[in-house]
Amino acid sequence: MVNITNEGLVLAGSAIGAGLAMIAGIGPGIGQGIAAGQGAAAVGRNPGAKGTIMSTMLLGQAVAETTGLYGFAVAIILLYANPLIGKLK
Amino acid sequence: MESLALTSVTFCEVDFGIHNYKDFSFFGHQVYITSTHIAIGIVMAIILIFAIAANIAIRRADPEKAPTGFLNVVEFMVQAIDNMAEGGMGAEHGGRYANYLGSLFMFLVVSNLSGLLGLRPPTADYGTTFALAIITFVLIHYAGFKYQKLKHITSLFDPILLSPINIIGEIATPISMSLRLFGNILSGTVLMGLIYGLIPKILTIAWPGVLHIYFDIFSGCIQAYVFVMLTMVFISQNFETEE
Repeated sequence: MVNITNEGLVLAGSAIGAGLAMIAGIGPGIGQGIAAGQGAAAVGRNPGAKGTIMSTMLLGQAVAETTGLYGFAVAIILLYANPLIGKLK
Repeated sequence: MESLALTSVTFCEVDFGIHNYKDFSFFGHQVYITSTHIAIGIVMAIILIFAIAANIAIRRADPEKAPTGFLNVVEFMVQAIDNMAEGGMGAEHGGRYANYLGSLFMFLVVSNLSGLLGLRPPTADYGTTFALAIITFVLIHYAGFKYQKLKHITSLFDPILLSPINIIGEIATPISMSLRLFGNILSGTVLMGLIYGLIPKILTIAWPGVLHIYFDIFSGCIQAYVFVMLTMVFISQNFETEE
């Protein structure tokens, strides 16, 4: 533990934090799966409306994806534009 | 012996960042020509060549005969974009916004697919997507003032307690739209960069092609479609006159 520099500690913590931030991917995965399942059920009930159902489903999935992308943005910022390193001095 | 065999296999270096090619000073600010600018230039050149070719084909077309070949493709694209705009915004307003939606869709598709040409997609830079989202934001509020007049402002303060949430919601629209496109394309770019760095150079000729099909073609087209659809939805929210 003696040989760890402050920068090294901050970088290690940032890497773990980036990994934890990507847990946000669970939510959109479940949400998109539910949307796709409901879309498949809707096509099964009403095959004539396939085009409308497809575009509505894609739009809903894209909106549901936003929270996961916020987690991804946090992970990318922690890895490549780390704001915590500057706080050391 | 083992380590010798390992080191003799060359790996690509992991590289998915934005590169600065030339920097100069602009009113005291340091500005750069980055890989995004170059990629946007190439994308613009592709669209421009396509547009000029389409223009020539349309001028030379014989209105008596059925369209063939290239002209057929152009007609199909125009028809698809018109149908999309009229389906999303209604027949009354659809034609008016179809030109913006069409050019937005073409730019997004070509720039998302430009990862296939070995470029870094311009949409994987937050500057590009945020600029596009700002254009959409201006259009949303232009439509709002045009069709709802002053009610567009007063409806923000309708229950006065909720006004901060309404205002934040309006501001969050372009940010979430641009982050959605940016995050999707950037995640594809980062993953492809990591995979190109992971496997030996000799394998990069064939294997990541499958992933390019998913991350560049499938995801890129879906995200272009989603951005255009969201633009249509947000603009057409302002059309209905209040009950």
